[in-house]
Amino acid sequence: MELHDVWFVLIAVLWIGYFFLEGFDFGVGILTKLLARDRTEKRVLINTIGPVWDGNEVWLLTAGGATFAAFPEWYATLFSGFYLPLLIILLCLIVRGVAFEYRAKRPEENWQRNWEHALFWTSLIPAFLWGVAFGNIVRGVKIDKNFEYVGNFWDLLNPYALLGGLVTLTLFTFHGAVFAALKTVGDIRTRARSLALKLGLVTAVAALGFLIWTQTNHGDGWSLAAMLVAVVALLAAIGANQIGREGWAFAFSGVTIVAAVAMLFLTLFPNVMPSTLNPAWSLTVTNASSSPYTLKIMTWCAGIATPLVLLYQSWTYWVFRKRIGTQHIAEPAH
Amino acid sequence: MDLALAPETLARWQFGITTVYHFLFVPLTISLAALTAGLQTAWVRTNKEKYLRATKFWGKLFLINIAMGVVTGIVQEFQFGMNWSDYSRFVGDIFGAPLAFEALIAFFFESTFIGLWIFGWDKLPKKIHLACIWMVSIGTIASAYFILAANSWMQHPVGYKINAQRGRAELTDFWLVLTQNTTLNQVFHTLSAAFLTGGAFMVGIAAYHLARKRHIAEMKTSLRLGLITVVIAGMLTALSGDTLGKVMFKQQPMKMAAAEALWDGEDSAPFSVFAYGDVEKGRNTVAIEIPGLLSFLADNDFSSHVPGINDINKAEQARFGPGDYRPMIPTTYWSFRWMIGFGMSSFLLGLVGLWLTRKKFWLAPALRTGEDEVPHLALFKNKALNPKLARVYWLLALWTLAFPLIANSWGWIFTEMGRQPWAVYGVLQTRHAVSPGVSQGEVITSMSIFTALYAILAVIEVKLLVKYIKAGPPELTEDDLNPPTRIGGDDADRPMAFSY
Repeated sequence: MELHDVWFVLIAVLWIGYFFLEGFDFGVGILTKLLARDRTEKRVLINTIGPVWDGNEVWLLTAGGATFAAFPEWYATLFSGFYLPLLIILLCLIVRGVAFEYRAKRPEENWQRNWEHALFWTSLIPAFLWGVAFGNIVRGVKIDKNFEYVGNFWDLLNPYALLGGLVTLTLFTFHGAVFAALKTVGDIRTRARSLALKLGLVTAVAALGFLIWTQTNHGDGWSLAAMLVAVVALLAAIGANQIGREGWAFAFSGVTIVAAVAMLFLTLFPNVMPSTLNPAWSLTVTNASSSPYTLKIMTWCAGIATPLVLLYQSWTYWVFRKRIGTQHIAEPAH
Repeated sequence: MDLALAPETLARWQFGITTVYHFLFVPLTISLAALTAGLQTAWVRTNKEKYLRATKFWGKLFLINIAMGVVTGIVQEFQFGMNWSDYSRFVGDIFGAPLAFEALIAFFFESTFIGLWIFGWDKLPKKIHLACIWMVSIGTIASAYFILAANSWMQHPVGYKINAQRGRAELTDFWLVLTQNTTLNQVFHTLSAAFLTGGAFMVGIAAYHLARKRHIAEMKTSLRLGLITVVIAGMLTALSGDTLGKVMFKQQPMKMAAAEALWDGEDSAPFSVFAYGDVEKGRNTVAIEIPGLLSFLADNDFSSHVPGINDINKAEQARFGPGDYRPMIPTTYWSFRWMIGFGMSSFLLGLVGLWLTRKKFWLAPALRTGEDEVPHLALFKNKALNPKLARVYWLLALWTLAFPLIANSWGWIFTEMGRQPWAVYGVLQTRHAVSPGVSQGEVITSMSIFTALYAILAVIEVKLLVKYIKAGPPELTEDDLNPPTRIGGDDADRPMAFSY
């Protein structure tokens, strides 16, 4: 295994980490509209992800930075080619980050409601667009011989990618509902569980369609295995949720994300961004990668930093492992 | 295509706007993290309530800032790929590495511990909670270091070779990129300027409250802490600015000649105080100068030769082929002056303030004040400033609160505009760095949306800051003073002590 293959795996891991973690905080953001009945319950939901969403989002920054460093050509083609969708995602992430921090900074109901609207939309839109983006990466896009994206915005909105978007949207919302059930007490917990069932069934239908489509067009034995794991885990998550094993349900919805994203990367390899115009113009782990020296340095850095990151991020989840409910929200501090 | 609307020009505007905007929050974040950590340390060590109230007050302002710093930082990272894809292709092998290091080492650290700090007041033992804010502070500084290493490489590329076959620059010595003198000087200069910024911010707000005789104990502490920070950071900023200037004179002679509007090389070159020139003809029409000072600043010798803009332009044409290698001279010239002017005014005001509020034993007994009294402002040992002058002092401190922020912005405009037409000095020109596939319409769209969004957020942010500044430090509850620290568990239904 050469270093650029190692980095392909590491970048896959970073995206998997990002979708696993920010997946549920996107989901919780969306649920503030679907699940919470009043301001206090919204506040409960927001507080379940309050201490961790910022750390979750850094997985994206790291995936971006690592792609820049390890596969500059991929980074350049992807980010300039998907200009408008990325712009929308960026705008959402800006408003979303500010919404978390500013919502409770003023007591007026109007102020808080506006930030809640913002939180809902800025969680929903990226949750959908990431699926569209990855659908397009797997499907391949119009890349010319200079590795420039020559398609336009509308080319990105093809049925396969849109279905991909629907999958990430429903899957993240399901993942978020399972997380909310795990992290809350009282009435909201019960409702989270029953909503998770409905979301789980919708997710299962969408995901099954998308994964089979992916497997038919791009798959091999490995991706088939990953697909089966994803499907079984999703069903297990729905089942565990039904019998009230919330920890297991969350673990399984997490495994679904891990396996599904892993499947996408497996179908991609050794390409990183296939060209639909000419297979010879596809970006691959070899023609998109950095020099061995840079990859070596980065490998050292990742080898030392990643375990530490996992260690202190896990500690955060441990510190805030306590379930919360409406009784934990001080009245003036909405 | 009209040059004013060329994708390159637009991409530069967008980059400039997002960078300057991002950098309004970064210096405050860096310095307020450390200053808040210092105040919280004082609370943990002494158990004096005023330190806890001050910690919560400055901590809140810090959080309002960091939120904006974080979200605008994401745009910075993605912009390289979105708007500067040819740049990313050409230098990603080198430039990407410090960015990835930043994310892996600094940013994860900072963002994780900030969550622990915000929500951990009643979950973590006092000392561990204190350690969290120090971790955040270390994270912000490490983050600045890696970003500045990347930027310094654009100013003075080292440790690389050109791979002609792949058509790109490749890293050969990462350690050199991290430790070259450009990087170290820039880090030193930027961090000291960041503390000057936070210090002046603290002084201004403390002065606002003291002038109204409110929250005296906390604000007295904050005023002194701010003033000391301003004075020390101001000295370090000037010192590091001087050494950074000398490095630049060697590495980017054009930038420094442009900063001085020195058109033709001179022995014993003068320092320009005011100049008005004709760029086309390559000379100044009006110039007020201090003889020999520029040579001294460049080389520690009043008679050293300093090359001028016209000489360097000729030399670069000989070296890199035909073209105009001059940056925009008026922008470079004036941004350099505004940077120094605003930064140093703030430092001088801090120096005056430190003298006026000096400690007890420097003052006659009649002028000494207790913990809960507004300090007398005394020019001499036993004579307090008259009330009108004192009022002027408090107002001045408030009005100059943003001076270092203005200086920072001009500093970045100077350092980035002065490097033009190069994106990477001597290696890659800016016009070869833009994304060829991104259309004019796309950049206009993104630039207008970013600018509008930033304007709206700026209004919201300033209003929030003003609200929390006016409110002053919070009243403490029994839980604040003695938080019942339990990690996890679900033994109580007590509301959480501190959260969004």
